[in-house]
Amino acid sequence: MIEIKNLNKYYGKFHVLKNLDLNLEKGEIVALMGPNGSGKTTLMKSILGLVIPDKGEIKVNQISVKNNSSYRKIIGYMPQIANYPENLKVSELFKLIRDIRGGDDSPDKELIADFRIEEIYNKNFGQLSGGYKQRVTAAIAFMHKPSLLILDEPTSSLDPLSSEIMKSKILKEKKESNLIFVSSHIASEVELIADRIIYMLEGKIILNTLIKNIKNGATEFKLGKALKDLIDMKIKEKND
Amino acid sequence: MIKKIFKYVVFELIRSRIVWAYAVFLLLSTLGLFYLGQNSSKTVISILNIILFIIPLVSIIFGTIHLYNSKEFIEFLLTQPVDRKTVYWSEYFGLACVFSFVFTICTGIPVLIFNFSFTSIYLITSGIILTFVFISLAFLSSVINNDKVKGIGLSIILWLYFAIIFDGLIMSVFYLFRDYPLEKIIIFLTSLNPVDLSRVMVILQTDVSAMMGFSGATIQNYMGSFTGKVYAFAILILWILIPSYISYKIFSRKNF
Ligand SMILES: Nc1ncnc2c1ncn2[C@@H]1O[C@H](COP(=O)(O)OP(=O)(O)OP(=O)(O)O)[C@@H](O)[C@H]1O
Ligand SMILES: [Mg+2]
Repeated sequence: MIEIKNLNKYYGKFHVLKNLDLNLEKGEIVALMGPNGSGKTTLMKSILGLVIPDKGEIKVNQISVKNNSSYRKIIGYMPQIANYPENLKVSELFKLIRDIRGGDDSPDKELIADFRIEEIYNKNFGQLSGGYKQRVTAAIAFMHKPSLLILDEPTSSLDPLSSEIMKSKILKEKKESNLIFVSSHIASEVELIADRIIYMLEGKIILNTLIKNIKNGATEFKLGKALKDLIDMKIKEKND
Repeated sequence: MIKKIFKYVVFELIRSRIVWAYAVFLLLSTLGLFYLGQNSSKTVISILNIILFIIPLVSIIFGTIHLYNSKEFIEFLLTQPVDRKTVYWSEYFGLACVFSFVFTICTGIPVLIFNFSFTSIYLITSGIILTFVFISLAFLSSVINNDKVKGIGLSIILWLYFAIIFDGLIMSVFYLFRDYPLEKIIIFLTSLNPVDLSRVMVILQTDVSAMMGFSGATIQNYMGSFTGKVYAFAILILWILIPSYISYKIFSRKNF
């Protein structure tokens, strides 16, 4: 569903994404992990066309994303930092999206219930608390039943209960025809929801594997620890 | 799609207090000048002087601020199936059309009512062109500066340059080299200033020689009034197209 070949991105002289290759197939929930500043958001934004790569090619469903916008019809995106017009009410924001996307007019009730945003539905976006902003942003990402979901740290400012709701919503959307690409810093969360894990370090993917392969049938398993060992090994390999 | 987003931009602007303040200011100053002045064709010239000052100022400053304030909206649109071309030109035409409309209603219509003449029609045309030119420059200055303060600063400098400093420069060139044949240089320099070009375009229509200035007189001597007007008009169109196109190109390569 997503094919990335030799992707390179510079911010000025700073090389953020380095010769990155990646193929993602539908039917999976793929977790993107990596330290702060390793390029996760930049990678996601490149797929969306928000960031323009300096070199390389990105295809979504065989369509090159360069100078194209229609491929975004199937994408639901949840940015790491919720940044919507402050003076629009949540309801107006929803209306705006429906207007731009066209299509059916009233599938919102379920979403509003799912993300429990009834009580702020008529408030201005700018007046919401961080967590509520994130919930609205999530609802917007899920709004048009996207077959590609790109979620950039969807639970980072949610309270524990909302975070659970978010996770179960993600699992609910997992289907044969969907790809869910989600970045996260929380190993336990990734272990719970993801099928595959991709680990980025300084603009490169150093690990891309199915979680069940790391688990290897172990019953007492901690993804965080296993991951740390794996990555230490990879870095060591690289340095030798 | 461009129609939908254009509509959003326009509705957003109509809710803005600055747009209404601009409308009230233009209407009051236009009516005030006609009320105070005895000779309505002289009044048109006074209105011209106000326009040449205020339209560039409001268009470039408010245009720049508007674009920075629309950052979230633009970013949001770009996550949707909307291309950058659509976003950019909807914003551009939304702003330029609202400001031209306000000017046409609040200054244009009264001017035509009090003084129905070719000069008035030229005045309205040059006001609309100036609006488009300075909104193009506003977009250029905000697209090349990620920092809002720098962007607004550059816009203020551009306005000062075109509205005030430039005249002094051209005057000094004229005095320093008055013994040389300077027509071409004066015409070239005038072409570098859309404010002066707009003034010349209207003044060539009136033939009020006291208002010609160096640039107007030179263009009139060298090209004649008619060719001079056509020339000024053509260069002004370039002043709309070139900055707006350059900033469109930068916008379409920008990282959000
Ligand atoms: N607009 C920008 N201009 C300059 N540098 C940038 C810009 N955006 C990101 N960077 C830099 O690129 C690098 C990668 O940033 P990115 O946001 O992709 O990291 P990340 O992996 O998402 O980090 P985090 O876990 O903190 O979200 C960082 O060093 C960051 O400082
Ligand atoms: Mg990030």
